[in-house]
Amino acid sequence: MYEKDGEKYFVVDGHMHFWDASEENTKNKYGEGFIRCFYDYHKNLSPEDYVWPLEKYRKYDEPTLMKDLFEDGYVDVAIFQPTYLTDFYHQGFNTTAQDAVLKEKYPDKFVLNTSFEPRLGEAGLAMFEEKVRKYGSKGVKLYTAEWHDASKGWKLTDPWALRHLEKCEELGVTNIHVHKGPTIWPLNRDSFDLADVDDAASTFPGLNFIVEHVGLPRLEDMCWIGTQEPNVYGGLAVAMPFIHTRPAYFGQVVGELLYWLGEDRLLFASDYALWHPKWLVEKFVDYQYPMENEYPEITTNVKKKILGLNAAKLYDLKVPEGVSAGDEGTGQDVTEKPAVPVEASVGGHSE
Amino acid sequence: MTEARTGGLVDSPPVDSSAVLEALGTVRDPELDEPLPDLGFVSSLEVDGDTVRVHLRLPTYFCAPNFAYLMVADADTAVRAVPGVRQAEVFLDDHFTSEEINHGVAQRRGFQQSFDGLADDELDELRTLFRRKALINRQQRLVKALLDGGATTGELGRLRLGDLPPSPELDTYLQRRAELGLDVGPEAPLVVDTDGNPIPPELLERHLRFASLTRVSIEGNAGFCRGMLATRYDLPAPTVAAD
Repeated sequence: MYEKDGEKYFVVDGHMHFWDASEENTKNKYGEGFIRCFYDYHKNLSPEDYVWPLEKYRKYDEPTLMKDLFEDGYVDVAIFQPTYLTDFYHQGFNTTAQDAVLKEKYPDKFVLNTSFEPRLGEAGLAMFEEKVRKYGSKGVKLYTAEWHDASKGWKLTDPWALRHLEKCEELGVTNIHVHKGPTIWPLNRDSFDLADVDDAASTFPGLNFIVEHVGLPRLEDMCWIGTQEPNVYGGLAVAMPFIHTRPAYFGQVVGELLYWLGEDRLLFASDYALWHPKWLVEKFVDYQYPMENEYPEITTNVKKKILGLNAAKLYDLKVPEGVSAGDEGTGQDVTEKPAVPVEASVGGHSE
Repeated sequence: MTEARTGGLVDSPPVDSSAVLEALGTVRDPELDEPLPDLGFVSSLEVDGDTVRVHLRLPTYFCAPNFAYLMVADADTAVRAVPGVRQAEVFLDDHFTSEEINHGVAQRRGFQQSFDGLADDELDELRTLFRRKALINRQQRLVKALLDGGATTGELGRLRLGDLPPSPELDTYLQRRAELGLDVGPEAPLVVDTDGNPIPPELLERHLRFASLTRVSIEGNAGFCRGMLATRYDLPAPTVAAD
């Protein structure tokens, strides 16, 4: 819980990891390149005092994670998003099995999400069902651009992906976190393309689709889809740290999202250990637009919703007394948003 | 043109390295819509007789290989067109597909052949998609300047290309329109969709709102890429005009 100026903020970290990219676990040059790329993200956007040495960054231990998130970082509940990458790391980068160890020790502190792999077909479906039964997951994290054998990635609208999403409905796995981005292999198409999220969100109105990193670098497509589909959410991992290095740009991103999606569909996340939640939470609660603009105001209520209340709704988390947001927020109602001319969103709708 | 003859061979004019740099300046990151040298993506340029060697670098090891391929191939084409250049060697360094891309471009094999079995088709469609985004971004810059100067939305809807005074911003906008095969004549409307159709007055406001979002997105990405490049190669931190 974070308190400032008499206000209480229930903090849900919507996206964090407990990874192992130690040299022993790194399988090949891709694994090496991956963690170094992550490290550059960390160094580039963190305040100087929060930059770790590379060795610590490759593999951090449980006490470090628990202290950073729950003692220093104000986090009440943290959502594990697995990142398997078993082609890069012998034991995987951050699997549900690894995360489950902490979930078992601290059941109230963590939400344990899992994943599925539609390219395994029927076998994938069985594996997924087993994981959900074992871990009780309410959400999945999906990497549609992930390299797997000779596959060039997949789409949420592929037949086997649809079968898995049906299974999600059946098992009560309602939160589908989708990472759109470079987890790589030569793709002739744009790996950030969000068109399949649009289609899947229409097909499965009972599921929530959380687009991680708010679609960056395709913010325009993210916002466009958000106006069309009421069950599409934006996860702010990676967008958050710009609050320090580029506060005006951060304001533009959040301002656009508030305008197009509204204040009820945005989720705070640190992406730990990419960034430390402590400074993100502190700076966000203090945040005021540093520039003149016409965006919706980021009020205390908006901040409460983004920091935790929106995620609490998606995951049925118990919110302590005294932190609910009054609902007089100024975020605009998305149902009143005019449809954007289709031509303007050029993100693959011609397919 | 003067032609010095030695032993029956025609000497090429000496290669001017500033002309090579200028040629590289015509090559843009398809996604960020900015020239490679401005983005810091050209790490070295060496002229050796009639051979030019260029090394390119990108902000991360995992930058999308499709865009990376386009940039290396475009740079190769641009350098070869400089007078006097007989051989161009363009290398992409420190990328997870450096080997495939460098080999593919040198052999002029195309994207699909460079990634045998992994890529299905060429990149024209992707390039067009991002040219359309860039068109909206460039249009927004022009329009924003006019709005800041006191123009109303209604007036913008009636403006024709010929009504605008010459400016570098207008030139880059016209260039994108021409590349997409859209009308660039003085009578053509200024504000159009990506197919070149004028925007009906009642849709103009939302068109401009979305154009503004597109600009935030593209400029934000460019700023992030500059920052990541600086971190990766220990360069001075870039100055960000927007912040």
